[in-house]
Amino acid sequence: MVTSTSLVYLIALPLFGSAILLLAGRRSDKWGHLLATALSASSFAVGLYQLSQMLARPTEERAITQKLFSWINVGTFNVDAGLLLDQLSICFVLLITGVGTLIHIYSISYMSHDENRRRFFAYLNLFIAAMLLLVLGNSYLNLYVGWEGVGLASYLLIGFWNQKPAYATASKKAFVMNRIGDMGLSFAIMIAFATLGTVSFSGVQEASHTASKAALTAIGIMLLVAATGKSAQFPLQAWLGDAMAGPTPVSALIHAATMVTAGVYLIVRSNFIFDAAPTAQLLVVIVGAITLMFGALVGTAKDDIKKALAASTMSQIGYMILGAGLGPAGYAFAIMHLLTHGFFKAGMFLGAGSVMHGMNDQVDMRRYGALRKFMPITFATFGLGYLAIIGVPPFAGFYSKDAIIETAFNAGGLKGILLGSTALLGAAITAFYMTRVMVLTFTSKERWEDDQHPHESPLLMWLPMAVLAIGSVTTGFLFTRGHALVNWLSPVVGEHAEGEKVLLQPAVVSGLALVAVIIGVAIAISKYQLSDVDSVAPQNVSLFTEFARKDLMQDSLNEALFMRPGQALTALLVKGDDKVIDGAVRGIAATALGTGSTLRKTQTGFARSYAALILIGAIVLIAAIWVVTQ
Amino acid sequence: MLTIHTPEAVMFWVLAPVAVLASLGMLLVKKAVHSALLLAWVMITLAIFYIAQDALFLGIVQIVVYTGAVMMLFLFILMLVGVDASDSLTETIPGLRPIAITAAVGFGGLLVSLIGRATLGHGAVGLETANGAGNVQALAQLLFSTYVWPFEVVSALLITAALGAMVLAHHQRTVARPTQREQAIARFRGASLGSAAGLPNPGVFARHNAVDVPALLPDGSAAPNSISATLKARGDMLESAQFELGEVDNTVTEEK
Amino acid sequence: MNPYNYLYVAGLLFTIGAVGVVVRRNAIVVFMCVELMLNAANLTLVTFARINGTLDGQVVAFFTMVVAACEVVVGLAIIVTIYRSRRSASVDDASLLKR
Repeated sequence: MVTSTSLVYLIALPLFGSAILLLAGRRSDKWGHLLATALSASSFAVGLYQLSQMLARPTEERAITQKLFSWINVGTFNVDAGLLLDQLSICFVLLITGVGTLIHIYSISYMSHDENRRRFFAYLNLFIAAMLLLVLGNSYLNLYVGWEGVGLASYLLIGFWNQKPAYATASKKAFVMNRIGDMGLSFAIMIAFATLGTVSFSGVQEASHTASKAALTAIGIMLLVAATGKSAQFPLQAWLGDAMAGPTPVSALIHAATMVTAGVYLIVRSNFIFDAAPTAQLLVVIVGAITLMFGALVGTAKDDIKKALAASTMSQIGYMILGAGLGPAGYAFAIMHLLTHGFFKAGMFLGAGSVMHGMNDQVDMRRYGALRKFMPITFATFGLGYLAIIGVPPFAGFYSKDAIIETAFNAGGLKGILLGSTALLGAAITAFYMTRVMVLTFTSKERWEDDQHPHESPLLMWLPMAVLAIGSVTTGFLFTRGHALVNWLSPVVGEHAEGEKVLLQPAVVSGLALVAVIIGVAIAISKYQLSDVDSVAPQNVSLFTEFARKDLMQDSLNEALFMRPGQALTALLVKGDDKVIDGAVRGIAATALGTGSTLRKTQTGFARSYAALILIGAIVLIAAIWVVTQ
Repeated sequence: MLTIHTPEAVMFWVLAPVAVLASLGMLLVKKAVHSALLLAWVMITLAIFYIAQDALFLGIVQIVVYTGAVMMLFLFILMLVGVDASDSLTETIPGLRPIAITAAVGFGGLLVSLIGRATLGHGAVGLETANGAGNVQALAQLLFSTYVWPFEVVSALLITAALGAMVLAHHQRTVARPTQREQAIARFRGASLGSAAGLPNPGVFARHNAVDVPALLPDGSAAPNSISATLKARGDMLESAQFELGEVDNTVTEEK
Repeated sequence: MNPYNYLYVAGLLFTIGAVGVVVRRNAIVVFMCVELMLNAANLTLVTFARINGTLDGQVVAFFTMVVAACEVVVGLAIIVTIYRSRRSASVDDASLLKR
């Protein structure tokens, strides 16, 4: 293992920026955002440097580590605070810092009217640092620290405008649902320590060859729970829609490109566990497939542009999870889709922010329309992202999504056919609702409210969008030249045994996918472009649309199953605390008071009563003597 | 070994119940003077007990000091203070009487049973040998040898008590004593001139020359100043009406 | 007859005196009951002197008498003083330490 001394700078630079901005307070309002952006960019530069170094080294020496300090040393439990940068981590590092820096630049302009802009940048830097710690940690426990850190940053950023109670509630909801997932990660760490004796990645990988399948399955399931919490997968997906309450750069960075992909990272990083526990792997693909369809269905009925994009994110991550559950064949494609998705989804979110900026923060797509003429750059970048996501060749999504569909079909047997068909259907629906978004926003007739003056966004906003659009166009192509990404990641995720029987040839899969896409696009165009669209959402719609508008009743289900019993339990406990515990304390006080007032009655002021008491005392004494001398 | 002869036993069995009854009576009678007299009787009984138990000096001292001095002092103070404040036998503090009676029964019972159970480890010895040289001489022997220090202290206590009584009884005037002239001025500058010329002499309005018959004022009511407050408080005042003449014969007959 | 019989008498007298302190309201009568208690103690002492064959009991009884005399002097002076200022000799009137 090659050691390094510069890995820590990746994390330390943005963390330092966050600390300065938070501690300096209002004094740093003038230059805080610039410092934060600069530090984020410098972290990206360090990442690039690390990549160049890594490319120069031979494959066996590509992974480097750095031990920061010895953290926990209790009995047989020894955990170091250490960093590990290998081929998998470097992808994430560059994604996080690269997209992160672009979003920092975007936010300089987007948040320029907000007086708390400095705090926003502090939180952004904090997020970057925490996410980097997550992907750079060399053990599950170090990962957990970063995991919690991004949860915290997400909470702070979603609820950034916490003057609005709804936004504060949304950030709480996100945090609480994340917490449920975090319990999964805690349990996984505990089981790992109990059964395997170690929690570092290398240690667990070693031990997984000899550990019992039950233990590994348990760990795998717990890790899956953690991933569903962080990545908004079924059944912990209800928070992602509400998380759109945060500013749009937050949605772009955290809820499109990076934090929600942490679950995928976790599963791919733990590939040795899942490969050895087929049951857990099966659960992973089931969760991925369900969420894929769930997100797609919800996205068809959302009129809020950000919520539609959020549902799309949920669905695309479902693809990634599906890919990650397909074994060594799918890990690399999941990561590929993750990276390309980072580009086009972040780009689309920034585009949505740009549209909102030009339309006075209006989010209802039914109030958009014909913005193509007024915001050409936004239309272009958003359009490129749109083409990427629906999987039109030669854009990025085509390569990554089709790879996953193909791997799904090739998983073999009934499972393969089911998964593959689900993915195909999902692709069709994705095409439908993404086209709906494009049409409603840019190409249909204008349905604006009064005094809307849509205008193009300033340079600092459209420049990052343009960079991301370039990524949407090129990255897919680049990653698949000569199986570049697959080969790059194979030392980490394992080799896929070539030459297995394939169900469908790749070309057939691509063809089927394109057909699905065309069908989806056609339906959307006929429904929204060629017919008139209501500017107010119609109320008498089909039952399915009702369900989809209500996020397929996920919130109602959560409320009924968990929230109401939880509230009842809390109310019961509060009452118990009040009556029983406080009652006991108050009872002690009341007893003391009562005893006091009763005893006070002996203070009559009459000498004769006191004399009587003395007499009684004397009697007691004599009685005692009488008893003792019996 | 001590043997108690029959005369002493007879004396005991006669006087002891009397003493107990007398003390009970002291507890129960209404008038304080009666209580004092009953207590004096108890003390004399006790003196007789002392003498019967070969404590000759102590018995005489009991009569001289306790009965003679202390009880007389009590009676003097009763005369000064307590005669008109007679106790009604109803109890003002609620619940005190039952407590007291229970306490009495309990206390008495406990004491008696404890005394009954106690043993000294040796039989009664009697004071023949101790009183060999005479009771007074033996007492003096003890008093001035073993107990000389308490003796001195007690004598200091006596002196202190006498001083204390003098201090307490001393009436410090807070205002100057009014002189004759001031009294006369006050009489004439007072609220009414009714008493300016001085109050009528004793007997001016009297209808009878007995101490316990009040004089009558012009309107026929009893004059409060004409009878001692003590008698009034004791309820020994008589009505004047019974001494009035039914009719007054105002005719003047010549005397031949 | 048992010389201990005197002790029973003393016990009874003591009890009666104790109850008298509690029950009577007139200050002077209360004082007299206290004297009764002291006398009962004296009787006990004298009886034990006889039983034990030494005169120490009588000496202590003598001292008790002296002390009781002093106590009566001072106590009655106090009662007179209180009577002068309050015009009442009832024990219950001094009840300002009531709750």
